[in-house]
Amino acid sequence: MTKGTCPLTTGQIIDEYFIENRTRLLELAAFLERLDRSADGVDATNDFRMAAFRRALQMIASNAPDKMDQVQLLFSDPTTEPREQLDTKSASGAWNPASEVA
Amino acid sequence: MYYIEMHAHMVSRTTDDYRDMAMAGCVAVSEPAFWAGWDRSSADGFEDYFRQLTEFEPKRAAQASIRHVTWLCLNPKEGEDRTLAAEVLKRIPKYLDRPNVVGIGEIGLNRVTRNEIATLNDHVQLALNSNQLILIHTPHLEDKYKGTRVTIENLQKMKGLRANRVLIDHAEEHTVNMILEAGFYTGFTLYPNTKVSAARAVDMVEKYGTERITVSSACDWGPSVPTAVPQLMLEMRRRGHSEEIIRKIVFENPLEFLLQSGKFELPRLGIQAALRSIAAAT
Repeated sequence: MTKGTCPLTTGQIIDEYFIENRTRLLELAAFLERLDRSADGVDATNDFRMAAFRRALQMIASNAPDKMDQVQLLFSDPTTEPREQLDTKSASGAWNPASEVA
Repeated sequence: MYYIEMHAHMVSRTTDDYRDMAMAGCVAVSEPAFWAGWDRSSADGFEDYFRQLTEFEPKRAAQASIRHVTWLCLNPKEGEDRTLAAEVLKRIPKYLDRPNVVGIGEIGLNRVTRNEIATLNDHVQLALNSNQLILIHTPHLEDKYKGTRVTIENLQKMKGLRANRVLIDHAEEHTVNMILEAGFYTGFTLYPNTKVSAARAVDMVEKYGTERITVSSACDWGPSVPTAVPQLMLEMRRRGHSEEIIRKIVFENPLEFLLQSGKFELPRLGIQAALRSIAAAT
């Protein structure tokens, strides 16, 4: 943690950024509620992306001083070996452990 | 304030975008070769693209008084095809002497496959053999952390590679430190949804300092903002950062890096002596 590197005071940061981050929080709540109202009613928690998402929410709410790095790592592929061949062109936003099964 | 757009895919943008960037202070654009959103069918397709980057785009940029420089390669999204990569790599050298070519890029990994790594290494070797700067793309989203680690490990094995002649781009919170600690330049990409916002980029500047850090819009054919760098400048001012620090990030650092190519100049500004003094100090 690099305390004191932002030129703004705590009060100034809240004054400047509270409203836009309140909006982001409401968007998150709306997204999660939308999943509960899905047409097929499938439980989203079984999706690997949403599993990572839930873990990230817990990290955000924690007191971890490096929560930004930790959230990034929660979505990241932790393996070190290259893939033998291309599986898909595009990333999906969260690492899928099942994709590593040969 | 003048700024240098370090990474923009202007072939996908309009002439109006060049004008808007110029009005916002942009004096130079650095355009890496990239994926067109679909795979090219032959090496001939790449040659047409290289001609566009070295003949047509510099003229279009000049209409807005913007200096255009470019980087050539077969991009990471097509790096899995080793046969095509070998053919394209054979054709790149004849373009390297063109006046606006500053290096090889954006090369790197996409899904971190063995073929992609081989194609990356072939490009790096071409750059080393021809004394070119290198611009590295790092993978998106969940692949970024692993891809950046593997990229750095591979680069560090390349004989004769000097870290200060390589910019590893699209850094984020979990990769910036490993890039800077290894001595490379880096870039924060101000791109909606899949990369970083201006606020997060400024957070990283506050945490990691200003040395060897650049920013860019990476504007392309997707949802993106050609004037994202001026938006970062506004974000820095919003927090009370000095004009000197802003200028270092948006102008001096990219300038220092690009001057190493031996081809970068901004004659219209009449500041050649100042540019050389910055280069001499690095």
